[in-house]
Amino acid sequence: MRHELLLIAVAIVLLLFDLIASARVKKYHHLIACTLTAGFTVTSFLMHEETSSVFGGMYLDTAMHGLVKSLLAFGTLLTFLISNTWLAKPETAIKRGEFYVITLFTLVGMYLMISSGHFLMFYIGLETASIPMATLVAFDKYRRHSAEAGAKYILAAAFASAIMLYGLSMIYAFVGSLYFEDIAPVLSSTSYMCLIGLVFFLAGAFFKLSMVPFHLWTADVYEGAPTPVTAYLSVISKGSMAFAATVILYTVFGNMVDIWQPIFWWIILITITLANLFAVRQQNLKRLLAFSSISQAGYLALGIMSGTAMGMATVVYYTVAYLCSNFAAFGVIQAIEDKTGKVTLADYNGLYGTNPKLAITMMLAMFSLGGIPFFAGFFSKFFVFAAAAEQGQYLLVFLALLNTIISLYYYLLVVKAMFINKTDAPISTLKTDAYGRIALVACVLGMLFIGLISPIFDYIVSISFGM
Amino acid sequence: MLHTSLILITPLILFIVLGLFGKYLSPKAAGWLGTAGLLLITCLAYITAYHYFFEVGKVDGVYQKMELFSFSWLHLGEWLVVNLGFMLDPIAAMMLVVITTVSLMVHIYSSSYMKGEVGFQRYYALLSLFTFSMLGLVVANNIFQMYIFWELVGVSSYSLIGFYYTKPAAVTASKKAFIVTRFADLGFLIGILILSYYTRTFDFISLTDPKGALISNPASATFMGASVFTWAMALIFMGGAGKSAMLPLHIWLPDAMEGPTPVSALIHAATMVVAGVYLVARLFPVYYFVTPEVLTGIAYIGAATSLFAAIVACTQTDIKRVLAFSTISQIAYMLVALGVSKYEGHDGLGYMASMFHLFTHAFFKALLFLGAGAVIHAVHSNEMKDMGSLRKYMPVTHITFLIACLAIAGIPPFSGFFSKDEIMVAALHSNVAVFVCQYIVAGLTAFYMFRLYYNIFWSKDAHYHHTPHEAPAAMSFPLIFLAALTVAVGFIPFSTFTTADGAAFAGHIDWSVAAPSIAVALVGIGIATLMYKSESGKADKVASRFGKFYNWAVHKFYFDELYLFITKNLIFKYISTPVAWFDRNVVDGFMNFQATLTYTVSNGIKELQSGNIQRYVWVFAMGALTTLALVLFVL
Repeated sequence: MRHELLLIAVAIVLLLFDLIASARVKKYHHLIACTLTAGFTVTSFLMHEETSSVFGGMYLDTAMHGLVKSLLAFGTLLTFLISNTWLAKPETAIKRGEFYVITLFTLVGMYLMISSGHFLMFYIGLETASIPMATLVAFDKYRRHSAEAGAKYILAAAFASAIMLYGLSMIYAFVGSLYFEDIAPVLSSTSYMCLIGLVFFLAGAFFKLSMVPFHLWTADVYEGAPTPVTAYLSVISKGSMAFAATVILYTVFGNMVDIWQPIFWWIILITITLANLFAVRQQNLKRLLAFSSISQAGYLALGIMSGTAMGMATVVYYTVAYLCSNFAAFGVIQAIEDKTGKVTLADYNGLYGTNPKLAITMMLAMFSLGGIPFFAGFFSKFFVFAAAAEQGQYLLVFLALLNTIISLYYYLLVVKAMFINKTDAPISTLKTDAYGRIALVACVLGMLFIGLISPIFDYIVSISFGM
Repeated sequence: MLHTSLILITPLILFIVLGLFGKYLSPKAAGWLGTAGLLLITCLAYITAYHYFFEVGKVDGVYQKMELFSFSWLHLGEWLVVNLGFMLDPIAAMMLVVITTVSLMVHIYSSSYMKGEVGFQRYYALLSLFTFSMLGLVVANNIFQMYIFWELVGVSSYSLIGFYYTKPAAVTASKKAFIVTRFADLGFLIGILILSYYTRTFDFISLTDPKGALISNPASATFMGASVFTWAMALIFMGGAGKSAMLPLHIWLPDAMEGPTPVSALIHAATMVVAGVYLVARLFPVYYFVTPEVLTGIAYIGAATSLFAAIVACTQTDIKRVLAFSTISQIAYMLVALGVSKYEGHDGLGYMASMFHLFTHAFFKALLFLGAGAVIHAVHSNEMKDMGSLRKYMPVTHITFLIACLAIAGIPPFSGFFSKDEIMVAALHSNVAVFVCQYIVAGLTAFYMFRLYYNIFWSKDAHYHHTPHEAPAAMSFPLIFLAALTVAVGFIPFSTFTTADGAAFAGHIDWSVAAPSIAVALVGIGIATLMYKSESGKADKVASRFGKFYNWAVHKFYFDELYLFITKNLIFKYISTPVAWFDRNVVDGFMNFQATLTYTVSNGIKELQSGNIQRYVWVFAMGALTTLALVLFVL
């Protein structure tokens, strides 16, 4: 519970600061927000969670929960770091305080969702995370795209919630309780009510993970939302749901593994393939990354599917690698979009000539997302495949491998644009701000070293648990 | 503990700093930084070696293998764990001393020799990388780690041979070195895989323990009539033969002389090329107890190589190439000694002699190369015909070079005499044919070294464009220092330190073997003196007497041409061309098909993503319901 309490404290301090501070002090608003979040992140990594429960079992904690929360906090910090120039724009500056506070409250929601031991708690956490998220997506409401994205997000999310809630009510009707520990032993694969409950729960989870066919909102929302929010949405929101779904599938739906594994099998295959097929034709980089994030979710789900402690470890590890790679990519996009407003692939032609550091960071991010050794993304994919192969899913692993080739095509398109394509009017040399640079350096270090420092994975394995 | 780990960390940091930030440093600063770092490493290595030999290494009179630390890096399976560790035993401690000493000398020497070269900082960065890899190789506590560093050594050697990357010859030579050694390493890797598959460990301590599972009870699987361990150990030796330039994988070493001369001294004389010897010594108990037939094979390969290289060395005119062939011949000596060695007590004389010779050879061969470098620096040519009478201009180089020549020829009291004598004794006790061969090689060695010596320092008075000058202090200091070592290290009682089983035995000079070998060396020197001391037609006359044979030797017995024939006319034509066709048409065809398919399908389904939220929700609902239907009615 300490994570949540501390996080709420940080959020409230920032809220009060926004309310009380004079204009003179507000110049340091971003610095203060980043420092507090950084302090919070460091503290959460240092806090060691014991297995415990609060609220009569509605809230559960393990060492793994603590680690995942710390990682999400780190991702939030990166979001703040890359958003400085965007927030400093005149039309956003007046409401920047809201950005920090709303973001942190969505994080509180995710924490509660992750740690839930009761479906009501899970649902409250989910909604606490997703309703403010819509306001973040529409943060640039003066831009038509952003407002439209916000509307699409809230409508789609409401629909997904409704479906999920319907599924949960089925489970309640069958079991008579929403406590995980009560539900787990009673569920059976033969009861229609349980099956409806499971499938609709999965539909809601797949919506958040943006798995096909529940993914259609993704590209529009990612494209329309402000870039830092897109990054947040694609990594933090997705990562939290991946972990929450893993825990719930392992601990609550363990009896029904025979049902959900085939569902995963097909959904993963469709997701990865379809997302790649869409990604290859995208010209807008944010849309391209939206489809990339859909296919990455497919690989992530491959880890969930295996149902073992190793599977959970690979999910968390995948999130770590994906966090570094995706934030690096979005960090570069953000830096360029802020200064020039350019986001299409063609705009990136010749970027290496004018902004070599940004281009190299982007290249590393693409390599890592594409799973080229020896960047973090390679190791995360490798472990996910290994976990799935251990369960005998050779065919799926093979098909997923085939898909990585396709994905490589569009990742390398970006690299080709930056390094090889010639253009008369490349993006002029930019000066990135210090916050963004810190974030990019952190991501680059992460991409380079996470895979090589084996104790990280060993530690994750040591605290993960299976069905 | 901390200071030993610094031995590895410091050169790695130096490499990263010099490699990444070298261009911001002045060449001088980069040189100083590299040299100062190496001085630190050298001190640490000396302390570690001293600590090991005199304080902690010995338990009950036997030197133990000590694992200072080991950290598990990759868990590939239940038993297949790759560690990164730091292990000390007598040969590792000895190698620490050799590598750091020679490397330090080369660092100092290069500050003057390489002055003004483009890429001076890169040069020092690569030297640091090499030092790091070589140190990591010798202290590896498991064969997989050794393999990693083995490859790193290969990479740094490759980049240093090709240091003058604008020179086509250097680029070709570096490629050749890399490809040949890499080809050999393929065998090494397969050997490691076989060995670890049957023993379920990479760990040196458990592999080489005479009471361990492998040696006392090896698995009895066979493959094509030979035990799997015979295959494994022979393949592992193939890697060693590649790095140590044994017949028939020796072809890269003479060409590697295209690299800067100090690099040749460090990598291609004193340290990297003895990695093969070190590898065999490292796994010696396995070779001796489990696969003695491979060990015998090593002795014969060594003997053949040493004779072959010595003959070729007599005919070469490029002074660095003479030294290169001499290196091949001397390394072969070491392998011969290992090949004829036994394990326990005084019977392990060959092992001790091999390590002893490795130790002394490192110093006098480095000295020869650095001396040759000083000569090349002075006359701007590698060819003997451009040299002569340099003793008048370069007295320091002359004297130190002479000392090294006497040492390699085996004249007492220089160090080469002591180590070579032990090898002779070991060979005599075990295999007379090998002994006779080594005896001839000893005479040839004395001959070609003094042929080299007289051609450089005596002979005719060549016409120099400008008067050759003595090497500057930064170059002559390493020469003097190494010459002092060449004189001194022969007196180290090696048999109390590095022996096969770790226990000391009393070493002594067997004069009944030593006296004839001194005699044959003196004969060799005498003939060289007659033929080359002053310019005369005698040498050509003798050469023409040998006729065809001389021609063969000049062309290194046409090994390069043979390889070219095999690769170009056989492999390229009959294997590569069909493979290339398959690749172009079938493999690429499949990829192109995949791409076309992807694009067509992608085009066909773009309508799905319409931007219309009602449509999205509809698809969502249908997706959920379809899944439900499938679950309810199909599963």
